[in-house]
Order: sequence, then structure tokens, then C-alpha cells
Amino acid sequence: MEREIVLPGQLLSENKTDSGPGTYVKDGKVYSLLYGIKNTRNKIAVIPFSGKYIPSGKDFVIGTVIEVTPSNWIFDIGSPYDGLLHVSEYPKRVESDRMPGIMDVGDSALLRVKDVNPSMKVELSMRERGLKPLKVGRIIEVVPARVPRVIGHGGSMVSMLKKETGCEIFVGQNGRIWINGNDSDLDHLTEAIEMIMQQSHTTGLTERVCQFLRNEKDVADAEESIDAEEDLAEEEEAEDEDESEIAEDTYRKVDALLDETDE
Amino acid sequence: MNDKPEKFIDENGLRLDGRQINEIRPMTIKIGVLSRADGSCYLEWGNNKVLVAVYGPRELHPRRLQKSDSALIRYRYNMAAFSVEERVRPGPSRRSIEISKVSREAFEPVVMTQLYPGAVIDVFAEVLQADAGTRTAAINAASIALADAGIPMKGLVAACAVGKVDDKLVLDLNKPEDNYGQADLPIAMTQDGDITLVQMDGDLSQEEFKQAVEMCKEGCRQILEIQKEALKNKFADDTAVNIPDDIDEVTYVEAIVEFDIEEDEYPEEDDISGESEDEDEDTGSLDEEGEPEDIEEEFIDIVEEAADEEEITEGSDIREQ
Repeated sequence: MEREIVLPGQLLSENKTDSGPGTYVKDGKVYSLLYGIKNTRNKIAVIPFSGKYIPSGKDFVIGTVIEVTPSNWIFDIGSPYDGLLHVSEYPKRVESDRMPGIMDVGDSALLRVKDVNPSMKVELSMRERGLKPLKVGRIIEVVPARVPRVIGHGGSMVSMLKKETGCEIFVGQNGRIWINGNDSDLDHLTEAIEMIMQQSHTTGLTERVCQFLRNEKDVADAEESIDAEEDLAEEEEAEDEDESEIAEDTYRKVDALLDETDE
Repeated sequence: MNDKPEKFIDENGLRLDGRQINEIRPMTIKIGVLSRADGSCYLEWGNNKVLVAVYGPRELHPRRLQKSDSALIRYRYNMAAFSVEERVRPGPSRRSIEISKVSREAFEPVVMTQLYPGAVIDVFAEVLQADAGTRTAAINAASIALADAGIPMKGLVAACAVGKVDDKLVLDLNKPEDNYGQADLPIAMTQDGDITLVQMDGDLSQEEFKQAVEMCKEGCRQILEIQKEALKNKFADDTAVNIPDDIDEVTYVEAIVEFDIEEDEYPEEDDISGESEDEDEDTGSLDEEGEPEDIEEEFIDIVEEAADEEEITEGSDIREQ
């Protein structure tokens, strides 16, 4: 089951049609471009251990305003390239002089990459459900290459985190994660995400993180009164059922998706 | 200063430090020693101690330096004031500017700069202790630091020097051999044996030059092995957890705008946006194919091309003083 660690320039395949992301073809053979882990499925891809976020269309990102111009907000999106959010991409009509009132330098927002042109001009959009300027919560930064791990297979990790902590979570492809909830839950969640980062190359991670969060919760509960504890326990049970339902559902959906793409 | 040894090679064919003429000094490599940098490497090679940090790709300022179609590589070779017995005057010198330039050019053919237009990749090589061959040591370390930073490269670069002492060619000069030897020829090459840096100090005949390149190739092959070993072992410390299985599902499937989204408006088209087709996957049941691992064997013949194809900065100052 172990996946092989590969290095730049390592021969991966003799067949050039195997070339996937993170590889290149020379003389009809496929070589690795990156230092990372080889992923052999359909095509050979190399998932890097580290690296910067490079924006691409349709990515969800979390940005921080670094400048407000008469018609654009300029966002730092944790990549070598800044993102532009034109006023017309804001859900409501905004007059130029009101722009700083909506988002000023230092404010963060949930965004989507609308388009990236070849010279890496990044256009952002907020015209989509769920996207908004952020007023509350925390932002955690992680290695962008490990974002898929936080999301988990078919979103399993992220939905588990949500159920266990009761927090709102938004995972940006640029390695920024926005979380919102009450303080102690956020602390637990932050620890859980750190745990995911440290153990990102291990198996059965979702289970372990789930266990970890439950333990944390038990400790917290123990400090409360007995009544509250009972209530919580009931709630927890209810949540558990809830979770399994949702998880199953997610898996079904993913399976359907996989079927589609396989065809 | 006249500590020139009478003989560099004794009657048993061993050099001053007891090495064979075609033996490199022992090399140890540590990866990821700097937490602030995107990639870093600390390398000891004999008595050389080199620390390399890589930042980037990141935004390039001033903007006039930006290249619209590719990333700029900035390589800064610097010797610490305390790196040699006599204090090195801090700041860029003629020598360090030259080494920075040729070292940068040693990496330009392998780094995929075209993926990051307008950005910059910064490489800082600090020599903490010098004992001949610091530019090659810095290149070896920089190669690993770049890989550690997750920068796409066509391959690793390895470098080493051949010199001439007592009319004999020797691999990987040490300090006395460098200072009092007859020639010094540092070479950097990719794993295919394509030479990306050649410099020469002193004199070599054509025959010797060809032979020297051959020796260098063998030296670089050994160094490449050490580099690979170091990179593969970076995660060996946590072997307990090094059994990835469902790791890194590259499912960009859910880009996750999950607040409390009701089922019906679960954005289906998001799920399949872009990457998912080739990157979705199931529970990590992947079949490992027996892959041929060693490509480094293919150091192809380069002697001929080496001479005419590549930049040769003859007579440049190689001395580490």
C-alpha cells in the first residue's frame, strides 16, 4: 500500500501517455518534475510534499485585501500572484467611495478564482453562494499541497470535523482555512487541523482525528455540571447518527461521481 | 605562507587526507533545517559547511526585473566572514558575484521557470566554513533545497571538481590541493550528464581535460546517489507513520464551500470542475508497479559536447581565498 517517494528527474514510466500532473515527457518517457509521492491511478501523477499555491480557474480561495483601488479590491491569496476582485464581481452594486466600507485593507473574504490569464492575472469573484467578506472566525494557514487531506476523501474529513466540533469550516485551495464557532471548539479544531498537517502522509487519519476530537470534547465536558453533561451526551449521540447518515450520503454521491468519470 | 606540501600523493597513491585519487570527501545532508524558508538544506562536505535557503516562487519586486514568460532565478552565493581563517570582507565581491552568476546558470536549464511567469525563485547559499570546492558544495545543497521547496525541476543537479596535483588528476580537491595544485575544474551536471557549469583554473592538456570530465562524471554520479538518499530519507524518521495509504486524495472534487448547504443545492458542477476527472480516486487502493528506479546509470557520453557546448570560464579565480 505504501506509495513511493519520487524525486525530480526520476523515471516513472516508459509510456508517455501515462504522464499526469507533476510529470514531464522526454524522449517518449515520463519523468517526475517534483519531490513528492507517486500516485498511480489512470495516469501517473506526482503530489508534491510542499510548494506554493498557483491559482487556477474555479478554485475556492481565502484572500486578504492589500489594496483598494477605485474599481478593484486587490487580494493577497497566498501565491506569487495577487488576485483582483472587480466591484462588479461583488454580489451587490457598490459605489466606488463605499468600497473601503465593505472591505478595507486587512479584511479577509471567501472568494472564487474566476479566471487566470497566461500572464497570471488572477480575476476573483464573489458572485456565488456562500462567498462573503469575513467578519468573524479564524483563519489557519496550511501547506497548500496538503489541502486535499483536510478535505478528505469525498469531503469525509471536513464533514467529520464539522460534525464533531459544530464549527463552520471553509477550506480554500490556497491553503487557508476559515473556521467559525465558539472559542473552545475553535481551539480543538485548530489542534485537529495541526494534527492533520503533521500526519498528513499516514493512513486512517480521519478516524484518528475523530477520536482525538471526541477525547477533547470529553475532557471539556467533564468540567461542566452533571446536568449539562447529560444533555451533551444525548446531543452527541444524536450527532453521531446524523454524521453517519451524512457520511454515507457523501460517499454515495462520490461513488456516483466516480462512476460518471470512469465511463 | 609557505605550507605547501612537498608531495600531494604518497607512494601508496593516497592523498594528503588519505583519500584515493578518485574518491570524494564524505558528505552529509540535512533537509528542511530552516523553518521560515520554503526549502532548505545544510550540507557538510569534508570540511565545507554550506547552508542553502530557497524562497519562492514569489512576487518579484522591483517589477522591471519581471520576465513575462518565466520566473527569474536569483542565486546569491556568499561566504560568511568567519568561513576562512582570514576574515572575508562582508558583502558582494567580484568572486562571489561571478560564482552567483555561474551557479544560477547551472540551474536555469532544469528549473521549470516557465510555469511561474513574472515570479522569482530566490536561492541563498551561505558558506559557513570553506575548505575548497564551496561553489560545488553550494550547488549540491541548492539542488536539494529547490526540491524541498517543491519547485518543479527536470532533475537534480550535482557538482564536483577535478584538479591536477603532482601532474596527476584528482577528484574533489581539498584546501592544500586547491591552493597549490596545477589546475582546478569544477563541473555541474544533470543526472543525464548534461553539463550546466564548467569553469577552469590552471592548465590541462586536451587529453587531461577529457579524462577530467570523465572523473567528474563519476564523482557527480556518486553525489547524486547521496542526494537521492538524503531526499528519500527525509521522512524515514517518522517511519511509524510512513505507510501512506489513502494519502493525499487529490480529489479537488470538493473544493468545499460547505457551510450548511442543503442537499439540493450541493454544487454538483463544482465537484467535477477541472481537475476531478484525472484526479479523483477511491480509497487508495492503488497498485504499485515495479518501477525501474535507477536512471542515474544513464550518464551518457558528454565529453565531446562538454567542451564546445558549454560555457567555459577559463582562468577564472577558483581559489577559495
